[in-house]
Amino acid sequence: MMVQDLPAARPPRRAQWRKLARGNGGVAALIALLVFNALVTPNFLQLQTLFVNISQVATIAIVAMGMTLVIATGGIDLSVGAVMALAGALAPLIFQSALGTAYPGLGVAAAIVLPLLAAVACGLFNGVMVAVLRVQPIIATLILFISGRGIAQVLTNGNLQTFKNPAFSYLGTGKILGLPFQGWLALAIAVALFWVVTRTLFGRYVLAIGGNERAAHLAGGPVRRVKIGVYVICAALAGLAGLIVVAINSASDAARNGNLMELDAIAAAVVGGALLQGGRAPVFGAILGALIIQLVKYTLLANGVEDEVALIAKAAIILAAVYVQQTRKE
Amino acid sequence: MNADALDLRRYVAHSPQSAAVWLALAALVGFGLLRYENFGSAYNLTSFLNYNSMFIVISVGMCFVILTGGIDLSVGSVAAFTSVVAAYLSPYGIQVALPGAVLTGVGFGALNAFSIIVLRIPPFIATLAAMLAAKGGALVISGAQTISVDWTSNFTRMGMESAWNLLPWSIVIVAAVVLVLWIVIERTSLGRTVLAIGGSEDASVLMGLKVARAKAFVYMLSGGCAGIAGVILASGFGAGQPLEGIGWELSAIASVVVGGTLLTGGLGSVPATVAGALLLGLVFNILNFENGRGTISISAYWQMVIRGGFLFAVILFQARVTARRPGAGRPG
Repeated sequence: MMVQDLPAARPPRRAQWRKLARGNGGVAALIALLVFNALVTPNFLQLQTLFVNISQVATIAIVAMGMTLVIATGGIDLSVGAVMALAGALAPLIFQSALGTAYPGLGVAAAIVLPLLAAVACGLFNGVMVAVLRVQPIIATLILFISGRGIAQVLTNGNLQTFKNPAFSYLGTGKILGLPFQGWLALAIAVALFWVVTRTLFGRYVLAIGGNERAAHLAGGPVRRVKIGVYVICAALAGLAGLIVVAINSASDAARNGNLMELDAIAAAVVGGALLQGGRAPVFGAILGALIIQLVKYTLLANGVEDEVALIAKAAIILAAVYVQQTRKE
Repeated sequence: MNADALDLRRYVAHSPQSAAVWLALAALVGFGLLRYENFGSAYNLTSFLNYNSMFIVISVGMCFVILTGGIDLSVGSVAAFTSVVAAYLSPYGIQVALPGAVLTGVGFGALNAFSIIVLRIPPFIATLAAMLAAKGGALVISGAQTISVDWTSNFTRMGMESAWNLLPWSIVIVAAVVLVLWIVIERTSLGRTVLAIGGSEDASVLMGLKVARAKAFVYMLSGGCAGIAGVILASGFGAGQPLEGIGWELSAIASVVVGGTLLTGGLGSVPATVAGALLLGLVFNILNFENGRGTISISAYWQMVIRGGFLFAVILFQARVTARRPGAGRPG
């Protein structure tokens, strides 16, 4: 976000700098990253690199879009990583069960639908905690953040589940027009959510609640239902991302699937222009944010920077992005 | 609430949850003593207190942060980081390693305070970033290895030996810290300011209270407490553990909440937080005993589920309490 130069004519006032950074910082950062990689990283301008990055970024983008909706209502969902682990643990259990192996087609369908339903149940839990019991979102979603992954590990006894199931693995390894399936999926979800946010009553209320929850309530808006709705959508998308990760690896590891994803998703949403106080839902911004996060990860990895240092870099990006977004408060 | 703490009847009337925690704690101890032969043994008591002293000290630091309406998610990683620092300093003895590790923790706290107060970044994002940074930092300075401590110095005494053959040094030090912090919250203007910020930060600013200073204090305190926990960790296990501390922030938050501190800030107590930490620890201690007897067989993975369930139950309870208290709930 810090990479662009100011036009010489403008006085270097902080407010203006912030405004500029907020408007175009994301795009500028993405371009800077691409240019940097093209010049420095070996083999960056190859189709293989594109495939790797698209298949990696899709999961972050899918979760980040759900997170964007939650953040738009002024909430937050820390449980997305745990929900990913839960959905990801359920899928192989289902299509490897006796019934799943007897009817492979049905097994795969159930292995996609049932984990998503479990994810929806998690979202319902979060939503009811936040909207009905009025628990702060951080704390409400902390419950599943702790126990969701625990449930996944209990279900699998902590074991790595490996499998061979081409039909299911299509979620993570399939290609349409030569590009990874999950990339198209993320794009389709983005278009759908963009339509929901800009064209439906539900979307209006999401933004209204984030702008001023009391006013939305006094205006007769279905505040509770809309808030529950965003947590359900967010959890369902997290569940889907969990399935994709499992499909990519042809293995489900409840301890690692979606680990620290909440951070990536929040960072991507904020880098993409979401305000933590709510009131804005830039769906495509979330994709932009996810691209930046993924590219930073890739850049560090491809240039031999250790994973640990990459963590510190991520921390700095999150702080910088939130700092730049924090102007509306005053 | 200062006088209330000393008057039992008013204490129960004003904070039913804190009273309930003490009752639950007493009930569990009684249950354990009756059911298990070795429950009251010196060995169980020592190892229980030694292990849980880390969680107690972190929870009390967290209590201060939550009293201001904030949150500190970095404590687990900071404890891991400081355990490595302590292990590196262990050849110079505990008199160097303890201050060194605590100062490192305070440094992370200062970083959090800077992000939150100066950059105006929401506490959970700022401390989440610090958690990442501390985790990465711990792996970098340790080379992703556990760092063995110097066994010839007096460093391991803190985690492995007892003071006056009675209680582990770790719990003695933590008890002293808890006592000081209890006095700070109940008897000093700083403590009053911390409570006032949680009640209403805007009103506190308007009243001319030194809000920024108090907020900086709580985050640095929380970091320092994590530093103490890091020293206990390194000293008790004989090594700095860069990969430890995962989920500790959640245990600490759970302890604070179980102790009846409102997550919105402004109301809570230090001793009840200690009781909350002990209660959570005791639940797992008793589960271990049950596992040992073979009545139940619970894998380590259940711990997370149970911890989450516990937090859920307490939050439900607290939501009811706050709903009944007019004006104490959140707006909106």
